[in-house]
Amino acid sequence: MTHRMPWSARLGLALTLLFVLLALVGPWLAPYDEAAVVGDVWEPFSAAYPLGTDQLGRDMLSRMLYGARRTIGIALAATCLSFALGTTLGYLAATLGGWVDAVLSRLVDTLMSIPTLIFALVVLAVLPPSVTVLILVMAVLDSTRVFRLARAVAMDVVVLEFVEAARLRGESLGWIVLREIGPNTLPPLLAEFGLRFCFAILFLSSLSFLGLGIQPPAADWGGMVRDNANAIAFGLPHPLVPAAAIALLTVAVNLVVDWQLRRATAGRGG
Amino acid sequence: MTLLLEIRDLHVQALGEEGEWQEIVHGVSLELRPSEVLGLIGESGAGKSTLGLAALGYARRGVRLVRGSIRLHGEELLGAPYERLRQIRGHRVTYVAQSAAAAFNPAYRIEDQCIEAAVEHGILSEAEARAEARRLFARLRLPDPERFGQRYPHQVSGGQLQRAMTVMAMVPRPDLVVFDEPTTALDVTTQIEVLAAIKTAIESERLAAIYITHDLALVVQIAHRILVLKDGREVEAGPTATILEHPREAYTRALIQVRRRFRPERPRPEGAPLLEVRGVEAAYGALRVLADVNLALWRGRTVAVVGESGSGKTTLARVITGLLPPRRGEVRLDGRSLALSYRQRHRDELRRIQLVYQMPDVALNPRQTVEEIIGRPLTFYFGLRGAERRRRVEQLLESVELPPGFADRYPRELSGGQKQRVAIARALAAEPEVMICDEVTSALDVQVAEAVLRLLLDLQERTGIAYLYITHDLATVKAIADEIVVMLQGRVVESGPKSEVLRPPHHPYTATLLASVPEMEMGWLDRILTERGLPDAGSPSPASAAASGT
Repeated sequence: MTHRMPWSARLGLALTLLFVLLALVGPWLAPYDEAAVVGDVWEPFSAAYPLGTDQLGRDMLSRMLYGARRTIGIALAATCLSFALGTTLGYLAATLGGWVDAVLSRLVDTLMSIPTLIFALVVLAVLPPSVTVLILVMAVLDSTRVFRLARAVAMDVVVLEFVEAARLRGESLGWIVLREIGPNTLPPLLAEFGLRFCFAILFLSSLSFLGLGIQPPAADWGGMVRDNANAIAFGLPHPLVPAAAIALLTVAVNLVVDWQLRRATAGRGG
Repeated sequence: MTLLLEIRDLHVQALGEEGEWQEIVHGVSLELRPSEVLGLIGESGAGKSTLGLAALGYARRGVRLVRGSIRLHGEELLGAPYERLRQIRGHRVTYVAQSAAAAFNPAYRIEDQCIEAAVEHGILSEAEARAEARRLFARLRLPDPERFGQRYPHQVSGGQLQRAMTVMAMVPRPDLVVFDEPTTALDVTTQIEVLAAIKTAIESERLAAIYITHDLALVVQIAHRILVLKDGREVEAGPTATILEHPREAYTRALIQVRRRFRPERPRPEGAPLLEVRGVEAAYGALRVLADVNLALWRGRTVAVVGESGSGKTTLARVITGLLPPRRGEVRLDGRSLALSYRQRHRDELRRIQLVYQMPDVALNPRQTVEEIIGRPLTFYFGLRGAERRRRVEQLLESVELPPGFADRYPRELSGGQKQRVAIARALAAEPEVMICDEVTSALDVQVAEAVLRLLLDLQERTGIAYLYITHDLATVKAIADEIVVMLQGRVVESGPKSEVLRPPHHPYTATLLASVPEMEMGWLDRILTERGLPDAGSPSPASAAASGT
């Protein structure tokens, strides 16, 4: 599978794996606790504080490492959940058609007609703040997009004659969805997964930025950008550190995604 | 006599899947004199279109003309500057593509598109070009030539659009027109009209033409000389009569033999029919597509359902299989009425009727191996697994004349004909009593189609399976049917044993269908046209004479 990977995809994959590794072992690598005030406000990069200190004097590197797990973990969980929900319902809508499709599609349309951020803000303001609720809200909101894509690609496959042949054989719904439709819609959905994962990180960052994501003093990258935003006014690079991490992860994942997209469009690869 | 076009030892390469250049035309030569029509014939991948386009000094994307020589009026086109080629294309040499619907811009009127090249090249003024286009509309027997061009492409039929494209190619008064399968996408009956119109136009305008097709019977009606191609090489070339009557090569002989086979019909066996369709009426929403259709199929026999596209043939297959529950009527298998929808049918009832599709590309799941594709019905209906299943898959592959090693391949690693064989093996795996073949050979090359037909006949001999064979091709029907059902606009217009349906007197529509199958003999088209009372090639109709009086 990897023998003809372009260098861009290799780079993306390497970076993504590095980020995942950091997320797993980050807290053990961190020189300080994420909540400990260890120095002055916005100290410059130095040997003691490789990425400086934040607006309260906490070590940026430590907060980045702690934040990696939360940011990537929540985004990954939310994306996985949204895909499980979105693809299942999307495939069902496409395969069964009729009223199942009509009801699900209108429901999704309704959800999508409300601006995502506003909707999330309202729901999160009402529900008790917890990571589980956060993941669930993000997953449900994101699943509407996944549903639309899964339904659309499945629609294209459902009308093909090998699916018809399976129906005429008397195959169950499960077989048709998992064995006939699923494998033939995988590449675009895989690609979409990478994109959605990045959007989830950005969305989580926006929520944290607005104070409804991760609650302080716990660190997450989006929240760190918000907390340190004022430093820009003084010409300090501190908020750029978490911002760059988000950007780098996004680029890395998208390099892998692009490769998958190219594989998906270059004929039916196996 | 001077040569109009002379291609010498032309080599063409195409970009392969791995990004490397592969030679697809290996040194083909041809020549063409003024007012001469050359037929280029061969199966897909033979390099016909590539050669046709090379006459314009053009190569498609991912294709390059490597060496050799292409001379038009003695002028070398290979390696000529782009500006010079631009002057020649659409002026001295023009091109008629297979799909007119894809070649016309849907946003502009037909006439505006027909005159564009001539005006752009400064050959004719706009007024002259319009007059010329209208004259040619009349010559190609398009209705209301003065106003025909004011319509948009979607407002005319496929056959009319194909003729309009021929007009487009002729307005700049070229020396040579390249016709690339101009009638392949059309219905049988329309195909003959368009071919006749093209023939008339070429002859009366004294044009030279290259006529590309895979159908030898068509090309002998129009070409003076024929070049047979296979795998980018010349097989045989010569005057049409010589090729037809004294072919030198086995390949050419096979092409000629294709439509000359005939299996005698067998009488109905005793007893009740195996499959019966009674008084079926079916509709898509408000659109009624079948009305009072009756049909009976006996065990081990073949019923051919014939008609052009839109006649309801495929809908009939969908009703029988239960994909489209009919509004009225019933389908009986072995004397028992089947549930209208396949969802309510018993698994064993589903097993006994199998369907084979027209397009093998979409009939096989591209993500499953041949073993999974053929093996699934074995597991599903008979509970076969593991080595036992594998053995049966290999047997089935053998019965469709494919090597057992194909079990591990994916559909994309197979040719069109091989895919169709796998699709047939999948249907056979269910051990059905009725196999519905929906245009199973239409998407295949003549010779591959021939081999698949032979396989079907052979399987019938061995297993006693009954076929409901849906097709628009009467030549195939003549070859394999025992009984024929002729459909027109959702109704059965004639049915019965083959010998009865094919023997006069015919229903008028059956007669039209029969007359639309080109026969492998020169002058067939002229004879048909005379019989139909259409003006022959030499004398333009009064309308076109009036239009040309500029």
